[in-house]
Amino acid sequence: MPQVTTGSSSMKVAIIQFPGSNCDTDCQAALLSFPGVTAEIVWHKEISLAGYDVVVLPGGFSYGDYLRCGSIARFSPIMAAVRLAASTGVLVLGICNGFQILCEAGLLPGTLMRNRGLLFRCETLHLRVENNDSPFTSVLHQGQVLEIPIAHGEGSYFADAETLQALKANNQVLVRYCDASGNVSAAANPNGSLENIAGICSHGRNVFGLMPHPERVCDLILGGTDGRGIFQSMIDWMPAHKSNN
Amino acid sequence: MKAVVTVMPKPAILDPAGVATARAMEHLGLKGVHSVRIGKSIEIEIDGADPSSLTEQLHEICHDLLSNPVVEDYKLEILS
Repeated sequence: MPQVTTGSSSMKVAIIQFPGSNCDTDCQAALLSFPGVTAEIVWHKEISLAGYDVVVLPGGFSYGDYLRCGSIARFSPIMAAVRLAASTGVLVLGICNGFQILCEAGLLPGTLMRNRGLLFRCETLHLRVENNDSPFTSVLHQGQVLEIPIAHGEGSYFADAETLQALKANNQVLVRYCDASGNVSAAANPNGSLENIAGICSHGRNVFGLMPHPERVCDLILGGTDGRGIFQSMIDWMPAHKSNN
Repeated sequence: MKAVVTVMPKPAILDPAGVATARAMEHLGLKGVHSVRIGKSIEIEIDGADPSSLTEQLHEICHDLLSNPVVEDYKLEILS
């Protein structure tokens, strides 16, 4: 049974800053727009994440995307603490380069490859919520269409057939690229991702990686608020589940 | 010692950069281009090391860092 922490609506977030992260302060600003949330930037050379309820791996170009996206960040000192946090049920959210790092680290299955069309795609597009049984999508409903921007050159999700089968069997695909009406089609796939996959969660459902940038659509002044549902889901999930640490 | 690691996309994986390069080769008049695959070659020099003592560690590094086993294969050659 989840442990109930009475009277607490607070959520303490660590946003990991790698050399080359560039969406860290955007994530922080988006999170701080929610009441009761504290969000701190944590340098990648730190070794502890004790006391945090959520860990965010933000977008950017960690280590200049050298070798492969996320392949060097995955060995940063903080990653042992991220791994430990994930294993104890702390929510871990990887956005764009953060998703790539989570895959390189083996915290999520599969990998993100070069976009099928070789172009860096930077545009707002549509995502269909495939499953709301997760801490990251609980206030959304299945089939809901969100408008959220992408900005990546290596976002083509790939996993072998066996892994893909397991992802689907366990409802780990949380968001797919779709058109404005919610149809998941080849035309709506910006990068050649397998089965239009835009984001997946771990088997334990507390680690979520996605290529689109929800933090960029959390304020009307930025053109939309469709990203807020993902953060609101985490906030709503928190009081009933967070451990006393 | 000197080692060379060659990292290539697995045969079943589409290599979009290779496909685009193949098209460019055809555009330049090269006939019958069947396949172009683009990988990486990584040269490593290590001071004063006995190759045999490092082979296992180098394989680990190839597996964990230099290649992504989900989509890539590597070949490790120790040259001297």
